[in-house]
Amino acid sequence: MVRIETRQASVDFPIFDAKSRSLKKAVLGVVGGNISSDRKVPVIQALRDINISIEEGDRVALVGHNGAGKSTLLRLLSGIYAPTSGTATIEGRVAPVFDLGVGMDPEISGYENIMIRGLFLGMNRKQMEARVDQIADFSELGDFLDMPLRTYSTGMRVRLALGVVTSIEPEILLFDEGIGAVDAAFLEKARDRLEELVKRAGLLVFASHSDEFLRRLCTTAIWMEHGQVKQQGGLREVLTAYKGKDPWPDDAMSPA
Amino acid sequence: MTVTAPSAAAWAGARKDLVAGWRSRELWAHLGWQDIRQRYRRSVLGPIWITISMAVTAVALGILYAGLFGNSLEEQLPYILVGFIVWAFISGCILEGSDVFIKNEGLIKHLPAPISVHVYRLVWRQTLLFAHNLIVYVVMLLIFPRPLDWSLLLFFPAFLLLALNGAWVGLLFGMASSRFRDLNPIIGSVVQLMFFLTPIVWIYEDFLNSPNPAIAERARLAEINPFLHYIEIIRRPMLGQETVWHHWIVVLAITLVGWAVTMWAMRRYRTRVSYWV
Repeated sequence: MVRIETRQASVDFPIFDAKSRSLKKAVLGVVGGNISSDRKVPVIQALRDINISIEEGDRVALVGHNGAGKSTLLRLLSGIYAPTSGTATIEGRVAPVFDLGVGMDPEISGYENIMIRGLFLGMNRKQMEARVDQIADFSELGDFLDMPLRTYSTGMRVRLALGVVTSIEPEILLFDEGIGAVDAAFLEKARDRLEELVKRAGLLVFASHSDEFLRRLCTTAIWMEHGQVKQQGGLREVLTAYKGKDPWPDDAMSPA
Repeated sequence: MTVTAPSAAAWAGARKDLVAGWRSRELWAHLGWQDIRQRYRRSVLGPIWITISMAVTAVALGILYAGLFGNSLEEQLPYILVGFIVWAFISGCILEGSDVFIKNEGLIKHLPAPISVHVYRLVWRQTLLFAHNLIVYVVMLLIFPRPLDWSLLLFFPAFLLLALNGAWVGLLFGMASSRFRDLNPIIGSVVQLMFFLTPIVWIYEDFLNSPNPAIAERARLAEINPFLHYIEIIRRPMLGQETVWHHWIVVLAITLVGWAVTMWAMRRYRTRVSYWV
């Protein structure tokens, strides 16, 4: 079964500046005799008491202002950050799409990068070899796939990364925005592909500021504010509360 | 996968990290190869440069120290060469291990994977470098044949022990130095110092059998150095010297203790690595 559930999950980031991260402080603290009381490291509470339950088939939009905790929440849901208190249960294979550039090596060819990214997403060599043609086709990169990645434009890299992630069958798809650097025609193509992918994926959580994207891909929504869940519910209802107005006033039939 | 607060994480989590990391060996094996090819990309000879530079260093130092110590070249050169090859592996695991997580910050923060993957990749890369250097050893055997016997087979368990130790060192030092950034330079200087304190260019047994009792006494102190034992378990079979079992016992003991400490640290701090890097 594919699902994600968090109970009272919090994420606190310790902020080590150059001084407190060094051994010097820890060692001198021991010499001084009372480590526990004055060894405090400033902490940023990025997420507080998150209770979320996402089941198979759910397509959840994640909205909120910059710094509200959307990206941190996605990392909590992917298992990258273990909660500092509370629990997070993740069942299913996670395919995160956060920063499309990470894990890409500029010095090696597009084909090689496709392979490595696929392996990171839990595929094996054979499975990826079977998909390479399809990815090449989708990304429209043609002969460029034999060139080192450093010769690619930003948009071309995005195409490549999207090609890989949409070619696999993820059980849990976590999407962070930042796919803006592609041209309009490709974006349209990517949307269709994403819609297909979302249908195949067990569940989707999608953080974006684009109402249009959210409407096409999601059915429910979570509104984050100051590291807490402000509201959960139907997409239209939450977006209306978040924006203070109905995002699709002309469209009575939009998914609600 | 259940990710809980650290208190409930328990041993199972640490073990699972190691097992799951091992299962993705297609990934780290590929990345390890990639690292080596990457280093010599666009050079004509490619990874053969690893072999060449090892050969040049060992031959030059072999000639130098054979002259300085008044030893014969066929004794000094193989000794230095094997010592260098093994030391390259050991120091590589320690030095790269101490920033293995810091270097992989991007991957750690963007893709959920067991942290052991990065360490396996590192040990694998070092193993491949070691294999390239072994070519020099084989060539040396042709020029200066050694009285090798069945004890050469001990090379395999000895290397396995070195790799096992490389893995715990990478995990433990990697976690510690992503938390305390000063550890990295400290480890760097200690490793450099240990190179000189370990019998790699100087022949330990020559001093041990020295007619001067003061020197023989001092040479005994080298036994305190754990690196001596690591080098000896693998160098002795490679040079066709008789097996000295107490080196094996020391290495086995350190391996067990090292892994025990590492598992304890993994249990407590494994999930903190993504916060620290």
